[in-house]
Amino acid sequence: MAETAVKKKEPVIAFGKKERKLISDPLNDNNPLTVQVLGICSALAVTSLILPSLVMSIAVVFVCMFASFFTSLLRKKIPNSVRMIVQLVIIAGLVTVVEFSLRYLNYPVYKQLSVYIGLIITNCIVMGRLEAFAMANNPWRSLLDGLGNGLGYGAILLIVAFIRELFGKGTLFAGTGIEMKIIGASPDYWINTLTSNWFGWYANNNLMVLPAAAMFIIGILIWIQRSWNQKLVDIS
Amino acid sequence: MILLESEGFINIFIKAAFIENMVLAYFLGMCSFLAVSKSVNTAFGLGLAVIFVLGITMPINWVINNFLLEESGLLGTDLTFLRFMLFIAVIASMVQLVEMIIEKISPSLYNSLGIFLPLITVNCAILGGSLFMVSREYNFTESVAFGLGGGFGWFLAIIAIAAIREKIKYSAVPPALRGLGMAFILTGLMGVAFMSLMGIDPAALSGGAN
Repeated sequence: MAETAVKKKEPVIAFGKKERKLISDPLNDNNPLTVQVLGICSALAVTSLILPSLVMSIAVVFVCMFASFFTSLLRKKIPNSVRMIVQLVIIAGLVTVVEFSLRYLNYPVYKQLSVYIGLIITNCIVMGRLEAFAMANNPWRSLLDGLGNGLGYGAILLIVAFIRELFGKGTLFAGTGIEMKIIGASPDYWINTLTSNWFGWYANNNLMVLPAAAMFIIGILIWIQRSWNQKLVDIS
Repeated sequence: MILLESEGFINIFIKAAFIENMVLAYFLGMCSFLAVSKSVNTAFGLGLAVIFVLGITMPINWVINNFLLEESGLLGTDLTFLRFMLFIAVIASMVQLVEMIIEKISPSLYNSLGIFLPLITVNCAILGGSLFMVSREYNFTESVAFGLGGGFGWFLAIIAIAAIREKIKYSAVPPALRGLGMAFILTGLMGVAFMSLMGIDPAALSGGAN
């Protein structure tokens, strides 16, 4: 995964094929969640609704981008023996910024995410990208790599949250301005299972609300992705 | 044994180990849980290391939090915004220490754990434990109990999944699901199984509730 150092003559800020690949690769072939298996913890805990997952994705994209950027700026100055601590301090500083901003912007969501915002520090995606990429590449590319991996993480998070919220609660985007009540046993919902001729049998699946459901969904997503992309199949 | 006389100690230990298991109820420490659970031997070593690191860092972080960071502490100012940085620094240095100890005592274990030992630093279970300790306002004894109990629960869970994964190698799993996908689904099933412990109230068991 670690790419070779960039050639000297290249412009510092470019947006060519290689740069696009840095963003598109983590979305499929090298997805941090389903292929590299990094950053699972938060993915499972926050995905029961779409809103907290969205907030979490934005937070991770932010931290991942800027942690990569700053680490890459400092990469020649950091002594090898203490690099873990330096990286962690950079990440912890950024996460503190995120935590305080969220506390003032949207307190209910902050409460809901509780310790998981703090746990972005130990989100292996951030740390993993710093070690594997930012320590060996220039700041601009590291920024893009951070962005790509943050987005790859966010994409899976939102897919899982979408499935869990729709089948677990019968709503979409609950808690936001565009809340949609899709299916449920009350006249508030678009499909009211009490009166509908077609959906009388339907009940929300309480399993989907439990964290275990996220495990099943990610497992199945991995299954789908790997049967479609054979080169990812685990041979061992 | 003042610690064990306290009723809260055992209750919190049992609660942290079984009822609110770090991995199976909160899904913390999942990365190393999935990555190192291919064989029971390495899982055993990592589990022990996690118990040790959690058991040590939790009281240290409690002392730091209550005597340095809180407004009621020794410094008299509210420094809680430094919490993340100090906690992670304590954890990183403790992991370094454990790494050095294991290297001295058991080089074979050190070799088999390989790169996963430094990964304990970024194991969410460790930092998550400390953050839960703060948000639940545990006292010193309770934080020790929570650290040891949480570590023990993590240890049990990783051994259980490693054993299952060793067995499942001989089953006919669809190729695309082999390895990682199966590990996810197994963990989900274990989480559902552990939920059956959720109704247990440790205070009632030891007679403390009455």
